[in-house]
Amino acid sequence: MMKMTSPAELEKYRSSILEGIDSGRPSVSVCCGTGCSASGALEVVSAFERLLEEKGIQANINTKITGCHGFCEQGPLVLLSPGNRLYCKVTEEDVDDIIEETLLANRVVERLLFVDPVTGEKIEKEEEIPFYKKQLRLIFGDNGKMVPTDIRDYLSLGGYSALAKVLKGMGPQEVIQEIKNSRLRGRGGAGFPTGLKWESCDKAEGDIKYVICNADEGDPGCFQDRSLLEGNPHLVLEGMIIGAYAVGASQGYIYVRNEYPLAVKNFSTALEQAREMGLLGENILGSDFSFNIKVVRGGGAFVCGESSALITSIEGRIGEPRYKFVHAAEKGLWDRPTVLNNVKTWAAVPLIINRGAEWFSEIGTEQSKGTMIFSLTGKVNNTGLVEVPMGISLRELIFEIGGGILEGRKFKAVQTGGPSGGCIPEGLLNLPLDFEKLAEVGSMVGSGGMIVMDETTCMVDVAKYFLSFTQEESCGKCVPCREGGEHMLKILERITRGEGEERDLELLKEISDTMQCASLCALGKLAPNPVLTTLKYFPEEYLAHIKDKKCSAGVCKELIEYLIDPEACTGCGRCLKACPTGAISGEKEAVHILDQEQCIKCGNCMEVCRFDAVSVE
Amino acid sequence: MTVDLEKVNSIIEKYRDDREAFIALLQDISAEYRYLPEEVIRYVSEEIEVPVSRLFSLATFYTSFRLEPRGEHEVQVCMGTACHVRGAPRMLDKVTQKLNIKPGETTEDKRFTVETVNCVGACALGPLLVYDGKYYGKLTQWKIEKLLEGSNDEDDQSS
Amino acid sequence: MVSITINGREIKTDQEDITLLQLARSEGIGIPTLCFHKALLPYGACRLCVVEVTGGQNTKIVNSCAYPVREDGISVQTNTPKLKQIRKNILEFLLARCPEIDMVKKMASGLGVKEKRLPEKSLPEDQTEECILCGLCVRVCGEVIGKEAISFVHRGAEREVAAPFYSQSKDCVGCTACHFVCPTGAIKVKESGNKRFISPWNTEITLVTCEMCGISFAPENSGEYLQAKLGLPAEWLKLCPQCRRKVAAETMGKYDFTSRNVILKK
Repeated sequence: MMKMTSPAELEKYRSSILEGIDSGRPSVSVCCGTGCSASGALEVVSAFERLLEEKGIQANINTKITGCHGFCEQGPLVLLSPGNRLYCKVTEEDVDDIIEETLLANRVVERLLFVDPVTGEKIEKEEEIPFYKKQLRLIFGDNGKMVPTDIRDYLSLGGYSALAKVLKGMGPQEVIQEIKNSRLRGRGGAGFPTGLKWESCDKAEGDIKYVICNADEGDPGCFQDRSLLEGNPHLVLEGMIIGAYAVGASQGYIYVRNEYPLAVKNFSTALEQAREMGLLGENILGSDFSFNIKVVRGGGAFVCGESSALITSIEGRIGEPRYKFVHAAEKGLWDRPTVLNNVKTWAAVPLIINRGAEWFSEIGTEQSKGTMIFSLTGKVNNTGLVEVPMGISLRELIFEIGGGILEGRKFKAVQTGGPSGGCIPEGLLNLPLDFEKLAEVGSMVGSGGMIVMDETTCMVDVAKYFLSFTQEESCGKCVPCREGGEHMLKILERITRGEGEERDLELLKEISDTMQCASLCALGKLAPNPVLTTLKYFPEEYLAHIKDKKCSAGVCKELIEYLIDPEACTGCGRCLKACPTGAISGEKEAVHILDQEQCIKCGNCMEVCRFDAVSVE
Repeated sequence: MTVDLEKVNSIIEKYRDDREAFIALLQDISAEYRYLPEEVIRYVSEEIEVPVSRLFSLATFYTSFRLEPRGEHEVQVCMGTACHVRGAPRMLDKVTQKLNIKPGETTEDKRFTVETVNCVGACALGPLLVYDGKYYGKLTQWKIEKLLEGSNDEDDQSS
Repeated sequence: MVSITINGREIKTDQEDITLLQLARSEGIGIPTLCFHKALLPYGACRLCVVEVTGGQNTKIVNSCAYPVREDGISVQTNTPKLKQIRKNILEFLLARCPEIDMVKKMASGLGVKEKRLPEKSLPEDQTEECILCGLCVRVCGEVIGKEAISFVHRGAEREVAAPFYSQSKDCVGCTACHFVCPTGAIKVKESGNKRFISPWNTEITLVTCEMCGISFAPENSGEYLQAKLGLPAEWLKLCPQCRRKVAAETMGKYDFTSRNVILKK
């Protein structure tokens, strides 16, 4: 690859790529994001490669292995152009039909189309599927259009034009002003105005400055940062280069979760390609600006998503947060001025530069501009990654984009913001999603996790789950988080065992208050959120556990019983075989009996019963 | 136990100019040996002139490090939130009952190590587990039974 | 010159880098601490020294041990009902963790803990928890002695202080500074013949014999290291353990962490 020595040269190269693209040539994009890969996308890819070669037409068809398209529920996904047709749940066996019918004869393979669960209608085009229709995929949309490991794909979609624009005629101050005007706020959780952060780093004294990309996506149920890095690494990289130019940093770091090997690989490839082309390294695009990036793999600690802990981790120490009376922008990595932003924040930068602050600030709400990518998961029909303008309501997100609740069950709550967020009840579903509104109800945007819960989710159990998560991930440095969190967890364990007392609820609130006020870092300060919001919105569930010793969701083992309905049981023997303790007895074709004494409440029987004869109470 | 220190030397060499990259160094060692042998940690400490206590502290703080050898097969049960609300705790119970060990432990015959992970980002497939790097989604207790038994007689596990 | 109020009292200072805790204490305003030591950098782990800082419309709760006094006109409260509640809770936590430690018991009752509402930390039988994880030992070893013989290991509720792999640390110079700074007495030093044992680090140090009185005292091989490191007087190596402790204790108290130099007064 040729080294570009000026923005003009880059534009020339881009034109040559665009000229070489035959827009009429059919192309196949197979989503190979984590979800699709786990459902067999790689086998689909090899089937395409094999069959196209066998048929001798591999040269006529462009096959792309792309990053995540977002609609994980329907994976493996195959997107075909021309026509932007989306095929869902594709298997190896479908590939021959796709080639023969769609690619060669331009006919639709009906059975692979998405079926609207409400209307039963088959939908052909990606953009017409309700899941995609309401989205505004500014940052995430290109994932399906490019091979993440090929910089030419990124260039063909306008990549690095923002960098070229900046180097051609925008001073660092102008870039900072543009970001300030866009009113972009940090997408990592706290929502701090990005432009202000850059400005204070720029003003801070020091000849060595750093920029860091926080890709330590530790929130369980969140995978948007991963999908961006895997599917469009150059976008994040371009944002970082522009940021470094603006604040005058010569070295950057990206801190990626160790559990994301493909993200590390694709981003590293992107770095190499950018270096080769003169977009990274010494004298970028022939300018005076030089900048480099190192990839740091995280060691596996949620707390390292906290900025000061992440910085100490890059410095090679344990991820212990520090008090932040002096901001990282003034004194961060190795005590030098440092800008630390989340993956999604960096990814928004090239867009703002290209399309202007004014355009960006028209999207979203008064206080929260632009789009946000959420990981919509849990008991929702359409699990996946969704990018929506700030301000969309929870109801639209869950019921229109998300397609409602699994198995037609009743919605109970949605948890946003990961383990530090809160559980929001049905009554607040019309809440517009932005930083302020979510904070008002005791939750947060956080890194964009959104876990939907239904009537089979026990809210006390969920609070216990999140607290045990934050306890396991607490660094253990400060007393309120380490000891306070541990005591709260013990109380919740008691309640879910049916050993709780009413005064425990007051104690939970008191300890929460101390943790919120006195913990050293955000992990400890926010850890009580799931407990406080469930106490606030679902007090009756706590009381049912404490007073009636009942778990209506059928989750808390000590408080439930599995029952076999003699009317429905056919005596097929499946549950009898599945029971690990021999608690179920009964002759073939006679009603089976469950001995509560021997039952360990593993739920095997209910899972295997084909006649809905096993219930939980 | 004695280990081949030549590999360690080449890893140390790789980070020679990057003195703060202790975590990366330990990760590479961990990838090489599938755990962090005490002998190696002590050796590295001497070579790079960093107190053992600092490396020991790192090795016990970050979850990607183990100080005990892992079993032949690694089973990681995803305990992410999406998996949790879809029944992951019951799946974990099943795995640990089946193998008769607690999460974080290795079976006596050194065949299996069971761990929990905090989300592998394949939430559409929850509950799920990762078996030797391969994802098994939409788990049921039957599927676990088959998966763990299948590996006993070396059958194809993907069925 | 910065002028602030603490508990309504106006205080001026022109000292750069002074923290709220230092300033308050210099004015005779008491703020409780556990993990603070004037010879060491502020750490901010015990959270007992929290105070309320109001500037303009905003009030925030911060740890005073590290909070720099540099904003003119802020008002600080050190003992509001909220802060009392936090401190009481923290001591309740510590009391549940270390129910046998006198110092914790005293401090707890001093800060208003009357009843035991929280269950004690569960430990294997005949074990008691003596460590509150203030980290003074770890920090004195690293920051002052320059050795890092011990460190924090594990995390969260599992966190503890230990020597590497829970066995004799080759970096330990046997200075016992960890023992001096420990507020709970969790670090015990025993001497017998020419051996010194430091539990809980499982460390055994061989001592040299004093030329003057014939008692074994200074750690073999490391006496000179410590003498140089801490700028101790030459007599240090000749003193008996009791006198040396006295000198060491005085030295620790006079360690000026901003300049990182030891100021020894006659």
